[in-house]
Amino acid sequence: MSTAVYGLVLSGGTSSRMQRDKAALAYAGRRQLERAMSLLERHVARAFVSVRTDQQADALRGQYPQIADTQSGLGPVAGILAAQAQHPGVAWLVLACDLPRLDDATLAHLLSARDPARTATAYRSSQNGLPEPLCAIYEPRSAALLLAHVAAGKPCPRKFLLGSDVKLLDQPAPGALDNVNTPEEYAAVSAGLQDSGASPARRITVQYYALLREQAGRREEPIETTAGSARELYLQLAHRHSFTLAAETLRVAINNEFCDWSSALRPGDVVVFIPPVAGG
Amino acid sequence: MGAAASRFHFTHHDLDTATLRTALADPHCGGFVSFEGWVRDHNEGRRVTHLEYEAFETLAVREGERILREALERYPVARAGCVHRLGTLDIGAVAVWVGVSAPHRSEAFAACRYIIDEVKHRLPIWKKEYYADGDSGWVNCETCAATRAPHAVRHGRS
Repeated sequence: MSTAVYGLVLSGGTSSRMQRDKAALAYAGRRQLERAMSLLERHVARAFVSVRTDQQADALRGQYPQIADTQSGLGPVAGILAAQAQHPGVAWLVLACDLPRLDDATLAHLLSARDPARTATAYRSSQNGLPEPLCAIYEPRSAALLLAHVAAGKPCPRKFLLGSDVKLLDQPAPGALDNVNTPEEYAAVSAGLQDSGASPARRITVQYYALLREQAGRREEPIETTAGSARELYLQLAHRHSFTLAAETLRVAINNEFCDWSSALRPGDVVVFIPPVAGG
Repeated sequence: MGAAASRFHFTHHDLDTATLRTALADPHCGGFVSFEGWVRDHNEGRRVTHLEYEAFETLAVREGERILREALERYPVARAGCVHRLGTLDIGAVAVWVGVSAPHRSEAFAACRYIIDEVKHRLPIWKKEYYADGDSGWVNCETCAATRAPHAVRHGRS
């Protein structure tokens, strides 16, 4: 059996070209760190935000489990090294936070095509064919190699992948990994993504049963939510109440009927998350 | 045959299986099959002292009625019923009862099997086991956090 995959969203960049915090840039009403985390959480056992130590108290980043850099001035590789040091036994799916076109299909394909026997699994850039280091899976074995690479004065993760035993994949949705570095690129991508629309806050009720009832410490709570779907709501509540059940193990019901995780939430809805059942 | 002949419900009291059986009597039927799920004193190598059942009742009753209707549509049987316990149950107690009456036995067996299998997989019912060592745990839930998705199979939507 291959090792578990944890997820890491890198949010510690200086965003010097954008001249503002990239993690907080919003597309269609959602800040891109939140978008990246909610996407990643659907695909991995646990997801973390990589932060610099001076970002730990930040409200946006504080919503999520964090892993703080232990070295400064190294760029994104510092986040990868810190995550590998904290959980050495797992593979890491590492994502840049500024990939507004990233989609579920791209992450699902990366995970299904993953080869745990290699050092890493990564996509080829759709522009130059080089490995994309910030939407890639780094196997546990890569940790010592990456550390040695950095110790040799080479902190570039792309160059690390170029010199490693990497499984390279073509992107299922070319363009999904195009990142956004300048205000001009932001304006262009933002215009293209607006039609999905921001979710206004709605007042709903969530009811809990069994293990979730015990972990939430209540049977029911009113919630004011901007979550775009039932899945997003669960991920927010799972963080708030430290639920141990992964969304993949649950079903969801709205207004006393089973429904899809992608279902939108309307004002007054009663939402129930259904842990694995054990009748009979 | 049809929805009127089926009934799923919950109870907090001991099941009176003789009465439940009588309710499925039908002059067209030559056979009756029932299944009783009992509380066992062990599970996965641990001594169990008692159980607690909890359900999302509104949805479970709807889904339970749906399962009974499906059984009546799939098999030529006359009547079907299912009752599930809630609350605290001691060892030996009847946790679930399924009964089916039919003109012929093979359909009664098949329909009874279908109902109990679907009930176990589809109804939002949860079981907390209490162990002899003082520990307790929600069955099928306590290991989900560490391993992703292996329990998704328990949520079959067939």
